[in-house]
Amino acid sequence: METYALLLAATLNAGTVLALAALGLLVNEKAGVVNLGAEGMMLCAALAGFAAVVHTGSDWLGFAAGMGAGALLAALFGGLVIWLNTNPYATGLALSLFGAGFSAFAGIGYVQAKLPERPQFAVPGLADLPLLGPALFRQHPLVYVSIALTLGLIWFLYRSRAGLVLRAVGESPASAHALGYPVRRIRLAAVVAGGALCGLAGAYLSVSYTPLWVEGMVAGKGWIALALTTFATWRPARVLLGAWLFGGVTMLQFHLQGSGVEVPSQWLTMLPYLATIAVLALISGKPEWIRANMPASLGKPFDPGA
Amino acid sequence: MLRLEPRAQASAFWRQASPLLALLITVALGVALFAALGKDPLKGLQVFFWEPVKSAYALGELMVKATPLLIIALGLALCFRSNVWNIGAEGQFILGAVAAGGVALLAGPDTGRWIVLAVLAAGVLGGMAWAGLTAWLRDRCNANEILVSLMLVYVAEMVLSYLVYGPWKDPAGYNFPQTRTFEAVTQVPRLMVGSRVTVGLLLALAGAALLWLFLFRTRAGFAQQVGGLAPAAARYAGFSSRRALWLALLASGGAAGLAGALEVAGPLGQLTPHVPAGYGFAAIIVAFVGRLHPVGMVFSAVLMSLFYIGGELAQSRLGLPKAITGVFQGLLLFTLLACDTLVTHRLTWLRRAD
Repeated sequence: METYALLLAATLNAGTVLALAALGLLVNEKAGVVNLGAEGMMLCAALAGFAAVVHTGSDWLGFAAGMGAGALLAALFGGLVIWLNTNPYATGLALSLFGAGFSAFAGIGYVQAKLPERPQFAVPGLADLPLLGPALFRQHPLVYVSIALTLGLIWFLYRSRAGLVLRAVGESPASAHALGYPVRRIRLAAVVAGGALCGLAGAYLSVSYTPLWVEGMVAGKGWIALALTTFATWRPARVLLGAWLFGGVTMLQFHLQGSGVEVPSQWLTMLPYLATIAVLALISGKPEWIRANMPASLGKPFDPGA
Repeated sequence: MLRLEPRAQASAFWRQASPLLALLITVALGVALFAALGKDPLKGLQVFFWEPVKSAYALGELMVKATPLLIIALGLALCFRSNVWNIGAEGQFILGAVAAGGVALLAGPDTGRWIVLAVLAAGVLGGMAWAGLTAWLRDRCNANEILVSLMLVYVAEMVLSYLVYGPWKDPAGYNFPQTRTFEAVTQVPRLMVGSRVTVGLLLALAGAALLWLFLFRTRAGFAQQVGGLAPAAARYAGFSSRRALWLALLASGGAAGLAGALEVAGPLGQLTPHVPAGYGFAAIIVAFVGRLHPVGMVFSAVLMSLFYIGGELAQSRLGLPKAITGVFQGLLLFTLLACDTLVTHRLTWLRRAD
């Protein structure tokens, strides 16, 4: 039983990286912008966060640096796509390629670097419960933050006026514009917020989850997070559940490797990617699920002057 | 203050000039980067733009890297023109290399020269099969081809890793993760002595000519592109979008697979975990910088090859990480996309009325 409690704990931890990134991407997709640069933002943020912790010793400054890096790159992407109307797919790809190259280049000196000893966390009073304690209450604070963020997003998107405006911009930018809302500024704000969350996810990866820096360490998690918003049919609670599900697939892979099952490790490493393809195919085959929740103007440019 | 105003008509001048302006800006940013890192910018420029072209041998090496980039980019241009977003060429390249390597490993000491054709054909089929998976999932399940083709890159890397660490590992290779070196008979013929350039370069140039003919001189090529530009018009004209999807993905997968086969049966000569060198991703930049035009891509493939070789030289001569190649490649695509705004917009000085 103890093993399963630890497996569950590891699952939540692994899912948190994906959840933070995918919730961020959900925000900018709800505003109608697809950012294929998630992988590049997460890589640069992972490096920025790691470097900040190496130099300052503070994890929280590391997370802040990651968010800053993600927000900065997202602003660059948003400026190009939203103001200059560049092709969003090509621009997002450019961001992913640049982010991979830049982080590899700038991160050379950090490959061997070590972080100060990683802190242990425990929720007072609850962490010592049998089974439940190790499973749920000894997590990094960001795991609970991702849950709070999901609830906050549900409230923001479906219960607040600002969230309604954000969704309007994603559904019908022309109507939002006619009502006097600054469509492009709202989209930019959503993109920057999404980038900051992707950055937080990247920094969580390098500062707490792994914790180290190697070139290309995000290993497709940015792309899986992009796929997650589609699987979750753009609903925040489903994004969180989907992220945990994928965290579970990742942990299953390590668990199988550790338990001495006679399967080459490469087949196990493939699992999350194959699972992404399988779920994507399964959900996308049901157009009525997708259409019900997909922002109607997703990926379509808007030019108020035209 | 400066303002962007939409042009009534797209500017033909800027359509051609914007890649050059983007290159200039990228070079300027590069000079600034070198200066910021305390390296002599002139030396940096020399390493990137003079060293790779200063001798016949260096030019040959430039062509060795330009060949796979061009072949892959030709296929991607067909995809992007058809509005099919295949960004997993890296995976199709790997599977092509794996299939070609599998055939090359079958060759023995008395195998005939025909084996080269079998190796290349296997590469094409391997790449096609990998891209075909993406096409099938898009066609049958409407699964997004961007995400599927990209996920398959990671899967392809693991397939290669499994083979070279497992069943295909050279028993006499001191436990290194690599296959045995292929028999000399499987080698793609070289064009001349003293250079590593193979007939692959001719295949790439022939491919560019073929793509030009297909895109601009055949009805099928026209139908293919209408689907990308105006799906409704294509449906009205009776052009099948499914056909366009399959054709684009199979052709680009086959091209990437061919590039993979030419690499392993050419400069590499065996399978190792280092077969993927990022050509599949760099070729995306080649395609855009070359304006998705066969002639333009010949030039942009050479340019991207300069970046690769310049990066290697920057490492050995200036002590900079080789990854600087990726920085410049990404920057070039960014600046190109920004400069392309000038095709549809003009910059004007606006005097304030007050």
